Amino acid sequence: MFRQVASRILTRPTTTYSAAAAIRRPFSTEVADTTSGDEAFVEAWKKVVPNIDPPKTPSQFMHPRPPTPSTLPTKLTVNFVLPYASELSQKEVDMVIVPATTGQMGILPGHVPTIAELKPGLLSVHEGNDIKKYFISSGFAFIHPNSYADILAVEAVPLDRVDPAQVQKGLNEFTQKLSSATTDSEKAEAQIGVDVHSALNFALTG
Amino acid sequence: MAMAALRREGRRFVPLVSSPNPVNAIRSTLAPTEEQVGLGVRSISTQIVRNRMKSVRNIQKITKAMKMVAASKLRAIQVRAENSRGLWQPFTALLGDTPSVSVKKNVIVTISSDKGLCGGINSTSVKISRALYRLNAGPDTETKYVILGEKAKAQLIRDSKKDISLTMTELQKNFLNYTQVSVIADDILKNVEFDALRIVFNKFQSVVSFLPTTATVLSPEIVERESEAGGKIGSLDSYEIEGGETKSEVLQNLAEFQFSCVMFNAVLENACSEQGARMSAMDSSSRNAGDMLDRLTLTYNRTRQASITTELIEIISGASALTG
Repeated sequence: MFRQVASRILTRPTTTYSAAAAIRRPFSTEVADTTSGDEAFVEAWKKVVPNIDPPKTPSQFMHPRPPTPSTLPTKLTVNFVLPYASELSQKEVDMVIVPATTGQMGILPGHVPTIAELKPGLLSVHEGNDIKKYFISSGFAFIHPNSYADILAVEAVPLDRVDPAQVQKGLNEFTQKLSSATTDSEKAEAQIGVDVHSALNFALTG
Repeated sequence: MAMAALRREGRRFVPLVSSPNPVNAIRSTLAPTEEQVGLGVRSISTQIVRNRMKSVRNIQKITKAMKMVAASKLRAIQVRAENSRGLWQPFTALLGDTPSVSVKKNVIVTISSDKGLCGGINSTSVKISRALYRLNAGPDTETKYVILGEKAKAQLIRDSKKDISLTMTELQKNFLNYTQVSVIADDILKNVEFDALRIVFNKFQSVVSFLPTTATVLSPEIVERESEAGGKIGSLDSYEIEGGETKSEVLQNLAEFQFSCVMFNAVLENACSEQGARMSAMDSSSRNAGDMLDRLTLTYNRTRQASITTELIEIISGASALTG
């Protein structure tokens, strides 16, 4: 009742519907209950277990993504997520360069939809003249047709927080370990260490 | 000196003055000493109520302390659960959400807590898991359980012991981090054959409410099959795949990474719901203990008063009987 009264007070007769919708929007929470998730699943569930509500599914908690626009957007929307943080969330940038296993890959708006595996290396986010650089351990990058790019990494640090002296020291250490390694697993461990440190070194110097 | 002595005397005489039958009044004060033997029998003992009150008070202290502990743990874990929410979203955007997919080998990963006293979260996940089992039951399908946490294990082992393929407990003994969860995910991937993993957990919504949720992770073969058949993840075919020798290799890596990421979020959400549920359960039980204590105090006081009244009645009626 109060909502009706409020909307009657707050809206002009000409824009009743749109204004009411605009007013109501801030109250809606993260969970969009309007999408009932997978309908086939809910149907099947209700048939088998009528006395329990069907569980939620992840799509019901997601922010809906926009459909592929007909014209090329000018900006790329980037989500850069780590297990412990969302570094960039729905941020609009000009370009990102990701370290794919096949080589550095620049992503601009309107890129071909791609799934790319990432290797340890430099991720740079270009926003105007501002370039932000991260060193990431590994992960995946998804580029969607609607100029959305999702970058997932297990670990990432801004490049200016890395100490070059420590990197050099680590590189020497692992090179030594690699030459003295006897078993296969030791060798593989040392090789990973050398790879990561040389990538880090390259990112710092190059 | 003299005044004090007089006052003492005066006090001695007051009963005599105030009472209509001074002689009997003195006698009646002496009477209980003669009757003390039978006193315990007739009056109601308050000892039991007092003991009960003490134990309820102790329980209340414990539940209050548990609530405090849960509240402080919740605050720490809630931040991490919320930060990990970005992790699974790219996968759902890419691979879609496919709870209705029908495959041969279903594995239900039930996430629960190790400790009880946290409301209904464990029985909810068990109920949802059982229902998913029934939902996916069929003549040529096979469904297995993988259980994380002591409580779901205790409940599911009763009726579906033969379907449990793996259990893991003491998840929260150490600090939950991505490395630990990916080791667990790796263990599950190595030891269990699956076409679809259905992860059942409680998503944290607020301190008092949690939402039972199921996330589905498909094996690389099924992803390929489904994307070729069109349907929900049909758009996957339009994606170019970079890295790795073959498409299936990348899909394999992708599925494994997806599982560890979804698991990480699920474990954190469930731990968060657990603390929230424990907090509200302990809050309501301390309130209940308080209510009980109030009732007991009332009973205690009433009994005490009743026994005093009985004694007074005895005295007075005894006195009046003598004079009568």
